[in-house]
Amino acid sequence: MIDAYFASIPAMILTTGILVGASGALLGSFLVLRGNSMLTDAISHSIVLGIILVWLLTGHLTGPFQILGAAVTGLVTVALSEALARSGLVKMDAAIGLIFPALFATGVILISLNARNVHIDVDTVLLGEIGFVWLHTLTLGGLRVPVAVATLGAVFAVNLAFVLAFWKELKLTTFDAGLAAALGLFPGVLHYAVLTLTSVTAVAAFDAVGAVLFIAFVIVPPATAYLLTRRLWLMVVMAVAFSVLSCVTGYILAVQWNVSIGGMMAAMTGLWFALALLLAPGRGLMSQALRRSSERLDHDCRTLVAHLYTHQNSPDMPEENTRRALTDHLRWPESRARAAILRALDRDLIERRDGLLALRPKGQAVAEGIFARHDRPLMGLD
Amino acid sequence: MSALLASSIVQTVLVGAALLGAISGMLGAFAVLRQQSLLGDALSHAALPGVCLGFLVAGGRDLGSILAGAFFTGALAALVMQVIVRRTTLKTDAALGIVLSVFFAVGVVALTHIQGQGGAASAGLMTFLFGQAAAILRSDLWIMGAGGLAALALVLAFWKEFKLVSFDANFARAQGLPVAWIEGALTVMVAFAIVIGLQLVGVVLMVALLIAPAAAARQWTNALGPMVVLSAALGAVSGALGALISASARGLATGPVVVLIATAFVLISMLAAPRRGLVWQGLAARAMRARISEGRVLTALQGLAQAHGDTAYKAERGMLNTALGAAPHAMRIDALERRGLIQQVTHPPETTPHWELTQAGHEEARALSGNAADKDRNLS
Repeated sequence: MIDAYFASIPAMILTTGILVGASGALLGSFLVLRGNSMLTDAISHSIVLGIILVWLLTGHLTGPFQILGAAVTGLVTVALSEALARSGLVKMDAAIGLIFPALFATGVILISLNARNVHIDVDTVLLGEIGFVWLHTLTLGGLRVPVAVATLGAVFAVNLAFVLAFWKELKLTTFDAGLAAALGLFPGVLHYAVLTLTSVTAVAAFDAVGAVLFIAFVIVPPATAYLLTRRLWLMVVMAVAFSVLSCVTGYILAVQWNVSIGGMMAAMTGLWFALALLLAPGRGLMSQALRRSSERLDHDCRTLVAHLYTHQNSPDMPEENTRRALTDHLRWPESRARAAILRALDRDLIERRDGLLALRPKGQAVAEGIFARHDRPLMGLD
Repeated sequence: MSALLASSIVQTVLVGAALLGAISGMLGAFAVLRQQSLLGDALSHAALPGVCLGFLVAGGRDLGSILAGAFFTGALAALVMQVIVRRTTLKTDAALGIVLSVFFAVGVVALTHIQGQGGAASAGLMTFLFGQAAAILRSDLWIMGAGGLAALALVLAFWKEFKLVSFDANFARAQGLPVAWIEGALTVMVAFAIVIGLQLVGVVLMVALLIAPAAAARQWTNALGPMVVLSAALGAVSGALGALISASARGLATGPVVVLIATAFVLISMLAAPRRGLVWQGLAARAMRARISEGRVLTALQGLAQAHGDTAYKAERGMLNTALGAAPHAMRIDALERRGLIQQVTHPPETTPHWELTQAGHEEARALSGNAADKDRNLS
C-alpha cells in the first residue's frame, strides 16, 4: 500500500506540489501580512546563485548542507538590499531591484558556463521540473522515496513546527512589532527566522517549481485567504487549503492539456485568488458593487422623500410631487427615478394618492429626520 | 574583433541593443524616481503570457504582434494591480507578487502549450526568458527606432508634467494637473520600456535594465535632465557591450551579461560619484571628524587660558589630555600648528613641549564656542 503510493508517479508529483504549496503558504501568510511579499521574489531568484556556488564547491546539488548553504544567498540578498537602502543612495524598492537581478544574473551565467557538467538547464531554473521529481530517489526505511519528497517533507515539518512553536510571537510581531519589541520578543530575529525558512523552502522547492513559480505558492494562497477571513489561524489554514486545491486542480488540468505541471499549479492559485477577489462575501468586488448600488438607491430614496416633503401642501405640489418632476427637475434618468420610487414604495415610505406621490407616516418621519439633522448645526452656529 | 564588428549581423545587433538599452534607461529614470522599480519587475514578468499570445495570434515569431501582446498583458497586469490595491486591504507588495507570479505562471502554461504543438519557430520563444540580442533582425530595428522616437517625443512633450508628478504628486494635484492621467501615462511608458527591452534581456531580468542605469545616473547628478540623458547613455552602453560579449561567447544569454554590466556601472557610481558616492562620503566624514577634534583642542586651550586668566597660557600634552578627556591625535596638533592656530613653545624650567593659542587661534576658538565663554564668566 505504502509501496504503491511511493511508486506511483502521479502521487509523487502531487505530493511534491502539495508539500511546496503548504510549506510556502505557512510562511507566506506572515510575509503577506507584514508587507514583505516582494522579498520572496528577491529570495527565490537569488538562491539560484547559491545553488550553483554550492555545486561548484561541493559537487552536489542535494543534501542538507547544500540546502542550507544555498539558502544563505537568500538572506544575503535581503541583508544587502536593506543595507543599500539604509545608505540612502537608492530607495528600498530600487535596492531590491538592483541586488537580486545581479545575483541571479551571476548564477545564470555560472550555470551557462558549466552547462556541460551541472545538471541544471537555464530554462528549468525558472520553471522547475516537477514532472521528473520521481527520477531521483533515495531509500528511506526500506522505501524508495523521491529525494524531492523527502526533502520537502522535512522542510514542511520544520516550517509547521516553527509556526506552531512561535505562534503567539509571530502573531504579535506581525501585527504590532513595536509592542513585541517592548515585550522583549526580538521582532527582528523572528523576521529573519521567517526569511531564513523561506530561503530554505525556496531551495528545497527549486527542482520542482523553479525560481519564479515558487513566488506564486508563497504569496497568492495567503492573499486569497486574507480576502476571506480576518482570523489569523483561519487564514493560515485556508492558505494551506488553497495551495492543496491549486496543486490538485493544476495537476489534473496540466495532464489534460499537456502543459507545464508546475506552471498550471501556480496559475490555479491565481484562479482561486481571482474568484475570491470577485466573490468574497462582504469584501469581494461583487459585494462591493452591490453594496454601492444599494447605497446609491438608498440615497436616491432619501432625496425623493426630502423632495416630496419640501413641496407637500405647497402650490406647486401637483407639479413637483410626480415622477415627471424627478426626470425633468432633478434630471434623473427614467430608470433611476423608477428604481427610487419602487424602493420607496417597498419600504412603505411613500404611496400613490390622487395621481401624485405622497409621503406615508414613515416617509414623513424620515424627511423630518433629514431636515432636523441639518437644522441643528445651523442653530448651534447662531 | 574588428572582423566581428564589420559583420552586418553584429552591427544590427549592436545598434538594436544600444537602442533598446537607451529607451529602457530613459524611461526607467522615471520609474526609479517614483519608487516604482518593482512595478517594472511585475510588469516584465507579466509580459510573458503576452509574448505567447502574440505568437499564437500571428502564428509565428512576428515581432510586431509579440510586442503588442506583451504590451497588452503588461497593461492588463497594471490594471489588475490597481484593482487589488484600491479595492482590497492587500498591500502594494502583495499585489505586485500576485500579479508577477500568476501572470508568469499563465505564460509558462502558454509557452509549454506552444512547444507541445511543435514547430521550429516555437524554440525562439524561449529566448524571451533571458533575452538573445543575436535574434534581433534588421527589420526589427525600424520598429524599435519608431518606438524609441515615440517615447522620446512623449517625454519631451510632457517633460514639465512628468517632472512635477515624479517629484511632488500632491503639489501637481493642487496645481490642477490631471495627476491620475499623468501617472497612468508614466506607467504605460514603463510597460512600453519593458516591452521594448524584452528581446535584449528577457522577462526575468528586465527590471535590472530598467533600474540599474537610472540608479547609476542618479548618483552623478541632482537634475532630472542630465539624469535621464545619462541613464539612457548607460543603458545604451550596457546593452551594446552585453550584446557584444554574449555574441562572442557560445551559449551565453544576453540578459544576464547586460545586467551584470549595468550593475557594475551602479557599483562604480555608488563608490565614485562626487558628493553622493561612498568614497566621497567617507572622505567628507573623515574631514568633518578632523575638524571637530581640532575644534575641541582649540576650545580646550581657550578654556584653560580663561581659567588661568592668561591669554598666552601654555598647556602641555598631559594637561590637554585631561581637559579633553582623551588624547588628541598628534596629527590634529600638527594640523593646527600648520594652520597657524596654535604654536609650540617652551616653558622653562620644564622641558616637555607646550602649546599656546595664537591670535588667530583665539579668534577661531571664540567663533567655535560662541558666547559660551562669556556665560561661564557670568556664572562664576
